[in-house]
Amino acid sequence: MLLAQVIVGGLLLGAIYALFSSGLTLIWGMMNFINFAHGEFVMLGMYVALLVVVWLGGGPAAFGFAAAFALFVLGVVVYLSLIRHVMRGPMLAQILSTFGLALLLRYTAFWIFSANFVSLPQVSLSGTLNVAGILMPVPQLVAGVAAIALTFALHLLLTRTTVGSQLLAVAEDRNAAMLMGIRPDRMQALAWGLAAGSAGIAGALMAVSYPWSPSVGETFGLTAFVVVTLGGFGSVPGAMYAGLIIGLIQALSAYWFGPIYKDIVVYALFVALLWLRPQGLMGKA
Amino acid sequence: MTKSSAMMAAALAAAAALISAPPVQAAGTVKIGILWPLTGNAAAAGQASKAAAEVAAETVNNKHPELGDLPLAATEGLPNQGGAKLELTFVDHQGNPSLAQQLATRLITQDAVHVLMGAYQSSCSFTATAVAERYGIPFMVGESAALNITGRGFKWVFRGTPIASDYAATYMRFFEDMKKQGKKIASIAVVNENTDYGTSVADSIEAAAKKNNIAVAIRIPYSASSTDVSAQVLQLKEKQPDVVIFISYTSDSILYMKTMKNLDYLPPMVIGDDTGFSDPSFIPAVADIAQGAMNRSAWDIGKPGSTTSKINEMYKAKTGRDLDDTSARNMQSFFALADALNRAGSTEPEKIRDALTKTDLKPEQLMMGYDGVKFDETGQNILASTYLIQLKDKAYQLVWPDKAAAAKLDWPMKGWKQ
Repeated sequence: MLLAQVIVGGLLLGAIYALFSSGLTLIWGMMNFINFAHGEFVMLGMYVALLVVVWLGGGPAAFGFAAAFALFVLGVVVYLSLIRHVMRGPMLAQILSTFGLALLLRYTAFWIFSANFVSLPQVSLSGTLNVAGILMPVPQLVAGVAAIALTFALHLLLTRTTVGSQLLAVAEDRNAAMLMGIRPDRMQALAWGLAAGSAGIAGALMAVSYPWSPSVGETFGLTAFVVVTLGGFGSVPGAMYAGLIIGLIQALSAYWFGPIYKDIVVYALFVALLWLRPQGLMGKA
Repeated sequence: MTKSSAMMAAALAAAAALISAPPVQAAGTVKIGILWPLTGNAAAAGQASKAAAEVAAETVNNKHPELGDLPLAATEGLPNQGGAKLELTFVDHQGNPSLAQQLATRLITQDAVHVLMGAYQSSCSFTATAVAERYGIPFMVGESAALNITGRGFKWVFRGTPIASDYAATYMRFFEDMKKQGKKIASIAVVNENTDYGTSVADSIEAAAKKNNIAVAIRIPYSASSTDVSAQVLQLKEKQPDVVIFISYTSDSILYMKTMKNLDYLPPMVIGDDTGFSDPSFIPAVADIAQGAMNRSAWDIGKPGSTTSKINEMYKAKTGRDLDDTSARNMQSFFALADALNRAGSTEPEKIRDALTKTDLKPEQLMMGYDGVKFDETGQNILASTYLIQLKDKAYQLVWPDKAAAAKLDWPMKGWKQ
């Protein structure tokens, strides 16, 4: 029974990993661009949730939506004001630009919100469900289910809609897409908006159960890179499987071997998998 | 030279000028270099301690006769050094031991500070004190608890705070007391973050428990940056210890309390070993689910009008918060350092070191509940001790030892069950 509890906990955690990683993989799939500020987007999503709850007294639906919207706007602004320009520069400039952006966002957050840890006041999302002896904290359950649904929705958007086709067209061949009447800048701004928005909503969902401070982005940023690499760069379903797998392995190894060994187990498997399959689970070779 | 390389050269020259500019040394100041985590996971504690040091420096540098017997409060500056003022230089090691080491070197070689203080995380104090020892600059360890910081045969390291073994002994005395009152304490669990601080305190507790015939049902070391602690809580749930002792930093201690509630696990008693449980973020985050959790503290605000209450008012005016145990222990160590700087009558390192070894502060000269400040040959304060406090509503209250208690101990803890 305890084992079932561990597995459920691991999967719920993994679902969140999947959601906040899908934005990172999206940017890579669309533009071959690595966004080091992704963890900071998650962090800002958490603060947006806090502001909505504390100032406006909103519930989970309100702060989830607000975080997604605010970060969508930020993603678009970042693309138009920064990324669009550095894309023309050398590779190193591209990499370091988002690294700089990450530091800018993190230290701005320090300045505005202070370094203190905060957590969301108990909102309507609280309590624990008991299903056949397995305890499922409602906040994590809602977050996990929403994360899987949203990751799936993002995947459908990319594969089943005109907008998705246009995004992929720009990713395939920017010039050919332009000849087809698609405006690459607009599509890539949209990709950044979607990526940041999904990070924002992931942050809002995590804020319900996890205390944070402005430096939390570091932790999540690293996890997101591992998830994306394992899943295969550019693959949203890959990120989803990888997120669930990593969450599960972390939980099981923490339970079986002790918490200080969980990352050893995760990263050992990670390295082993990359050795066998360098493109990741679902990536194209 | 192209335009851009000319600009680059100019920028480099400007940067070089900034770096090599000699430090301005004001006449009649004693410089204290302080290393704390001002950003990063423990930033809240570092910032609170910084404010505490600034308040302490203010009381030393200006006349505050209302503060009774606190060292140097009644006078302006350091009388034995011609009224010299204390000048504080804060640096941020972000909780990173190797950065702490670099910054300690910089404070000594470039900023030419006369003494050093720091560094919150035991792992950072460990590396920074080694630098001070090498350069022969006195280092006051404010509140780091790991045993291995003193006792390395260092001449230049002093520590005002109680340490891991003092805390372990306190918990054992408390358990003895509880057993006498008929409480069942057959086994305990020790959950510790796995750097110097957590490991050292947990080792001391395990050793002390063994000596006192209390079984340690499980010891769980973990990393303080964990994003999920459900597995640990489930392990505790399986073992059912009578008391769980957490040696944790901030986000992890909050996460443990929340996860325990989510997984419906409430042990008869939780004891936090200060640190995370004393962080200003802890109470607002979990007060409603961690009722009755215990914590250690040598700090007590005291009655209105008392010296401790007055100094707390000064701190509150600056930060909007009450002093907590961590920043108060740092403040106490700062006062002990200032007292020695005054008695040294000089900024020569050897004279300051000598004054520190002769420190003998009495309980009435302290703001903390220690029995005094007096350093042994390893530099450790042998008169430091601590109280135990318990979370009731939205504040901790002193509950043990009985002679100092301000409120009655609740056992078992209520947690979220009101």
